[in-house]
Amino acid sequence: MSRSSFTVIRPRSGWVPLDLRELWAYRELAWTLAMREVLVRYKQSMLGVVWAVLQPTLTMVVFTLLFGALLGPKNLPTVEGVPYAISTYCALLPWQLFSQAVSRASTSVVNNQGLITKIYFPRLIIPLAPVLAALVDFAVAFIVLICLMVWYGIAPGPAIFTLPALVLFAVASALAVSLWLSAINAIHRDVQYVVPFLIQILMYVSPILYSAQSVLKGRPEWVQFLYGLNPMAGVAEGFRWALLNTRPPDFIVVASSVLGVLGLLAGGLYYFKRMERTFADVV
Amino acid sequence: MTDCAIKASHISKRYSLGEAGSLLGRSGLMRRFRKKPRSPANEAFWALNDVSFEIRRGEAVGIIGHNGAGKSTLLKVLSRITEPTGGHAVIEGRVASLLEVGTGFHPELTGRENIFMNGSILGMRRSEIARNLDQIIEFAGVEKFVDTPVKRYSSGMYVRLAFSVAAHLEPEILIIDEVLAVGDIQFQKKCLGKMDDVSRSGRTVLFVSHNMNAVRQLTTRCILMKRGAVAFDGSSDHAIQAYSEAIGAQFEQGGDLAGWPRGSGDTDRIVEFGTLSFCDRSTVFEPGAALTLDVHVRARDAAAAVRVSGTIFHAEGTPVGSFFSAEALPFAAGEETTVRVSLDGLRLAPGSYTFGLSLTEGNERLGYRHHDSLMGVLPFEVTGIVGENGTLGIWPHHWGMIRFPEPTMLVLNHG
Repeated sequence: MSRSSFTVIRPRSGWVPLDLRELWAYRELAWTLAMREVLVRYKQSMLGVVWAVLQPTLTMVVFTLLFGALLGPKNLPTVEGVPYAISTYCALLPWQLFSQAVSRASTSVVNNQGLITKIYFPRLIIPLAPVLAALVDFAVAFIVLICLMVWYGIAPGPAIFTLPALVLFAVASALAVSLWLSAINAIHRDVQYVVPFLIQILMYVSPILYSAQSVLKGRPEWVQFLYGLNPMAGVAEGFRWALLNTRPPDFIVVASSVLGVLGLLAGGLYYFKRMERTFADVV
Repeated sequence: MTDCAIKASHISKRYSLGEAGSLLGRSGLMRRFRKKPRSPANEAFWALNDVSFEIRRGEAVGIIGHNGAGKSTLLKVLSRITEPTGGHAVIEGRVASLLEVGTGFHPELTGRENIFMNGSILGMRRSEIARNLDQIIEFAGVEKFVDTPVKRYSSGMYVRLAFSVAAHLEPEILIIDEVLAVGDIQFQKKCLGKMDDVSRSGRTVLFVSHNMNAVRQLTTRCILMKRGAVAFDGSSDHAIQAYSEAIGAQFEQGGDLAGWPRGSGDTDRIVEFGTLSFCDRSTVFEPGAALTLDVHVRARDAAAAVRVSGTIFHAEGTPVGSFFSAEALPFAAGEETTVRVSLDGLRLAPGSYTFGLSLTEGNERLGYRHHDSLMGVLPFEVTGIVGENGTLGIWPHHWGMIRFPEPTMLVLNHG
């Protein structure tokens, strides 16, 4: 029994440092909450696992047909040398991770009102759990991607080794946005109604259904920089590069995406830590 | 390492009244554009006000008080769920808080899955839970159902399982908030027993409850909270007595009953209570003395046969006994009378009591009708007993609230 664990409870103000040690101590709880999300979702629906695959697949099929009809099969906005379908699917994978995580995490603090008002644990775990749960869906859809790549006869190049970093990049983006949204939503409840709309708009703004090249070719550098601030831009293009062995994405886009993620994450952590002490009182 | 498990110094907690608003609304972005300044008087509510105390390692301390006295808020602050507005507390040791049973239980998951879920939420490691799994299932008595989704459980099973997980926590400091009021009597006894074991094994226990029996059984020291402040901090018996007295003091002797909460639903009472008082004005009685009440009755309409009936409650709320007047009085419309009710031979033990009184009409065959009823009125005291050999000032609670007449004894045979 550890006798030396002193806890001092006092009112805090302003900047609260991130206690990584405490987060590590509660890692089992984070995993438990994530598993709860996954288990419950799969127990409730027959589609369960299938849905993780159905969503990106259907989206890919619909847009392939749509753009094919609108623009003609030779003009599809894909990365050079790669069929549109698989180029889109590659980007849909991290996108699904992001959108699922953010949708669920934005209401996570409010939904876990029961836990927050009764138990102590580092509140950061709450938006983290849906992000981890979305990784499970990601893993399932990834298996289908492998099948697709075999079907199209595309082998990844050496860039495949950057994939773990890219997944981390996607998770960090999801977490960053989730921290902001979940904290704001706990205090101002109307945010949750805006989130689905925002996610939809973001999907069109990000190079998911089209490659970044097709909109950025020939545009001035500052446009490319602004476009790249959206973390999903860097993630999507990075995924395409790692999996499909195409030419590397524009440096400007990737650099500004990384900048965007770091900024959002740092800001999100600060804001969340600052607001978390009021959660139990307002939620 | 000090001897002190919990040390609270001047803890205060203020809540701002009013709702959390929308982002574009008055409390969000538009805060600067509000026209009228807030009046400070209505805005804040001090749930805790300068609370200080020290609890040594291994002590079992109860916290009692009215609803709204700040007990749960204090526990929330000590459990780090909410931050204090002022003051600070130092806690030494691993804390487990039981503020609710079944936190985190999900209806779709099976009993077994929920045990791991709930245990993990309460702070147990997976290995700990696995080690105690069989005991937890056995304590709850759900062996056959442990792999069924919890939504199929009866409410009793649900609550037993939830409590069972919590009962197997092994923290150094255990904070419990009124969670023993779950399940049937048998289970409650089991829970009390388990809590007793926990406290005997040297852990520090902080226990909030309205159940005075449980408090007396589990704790030796009690803190009485009143309106966010510590009203008393000392032995459990004295604290409970102070609490009972506070309840009794709410009713003002012989006062007007117009605003008093009444039990009956009839808004147009045919017959109703006016004022109530003791005949001799004194509210302190000797054991065995007769109680005489002057009951002022107003009749709006005619009533044929009205009886006065009532129950005497111990100040903690336990009913001690009831009485029904044999005679039934007729009332004419508009009549106002004072009825003198005499209760003889009550043999109440020393303590604080209140009355619950009713005016009723009817009988068992045709049904009763309550014209008016009042609870918690006419508080009175019964003083200590003077024994034959001297003064017997103590009347332990487990001796009950009535002193029965002396038994006769007959020696049957020698040897």
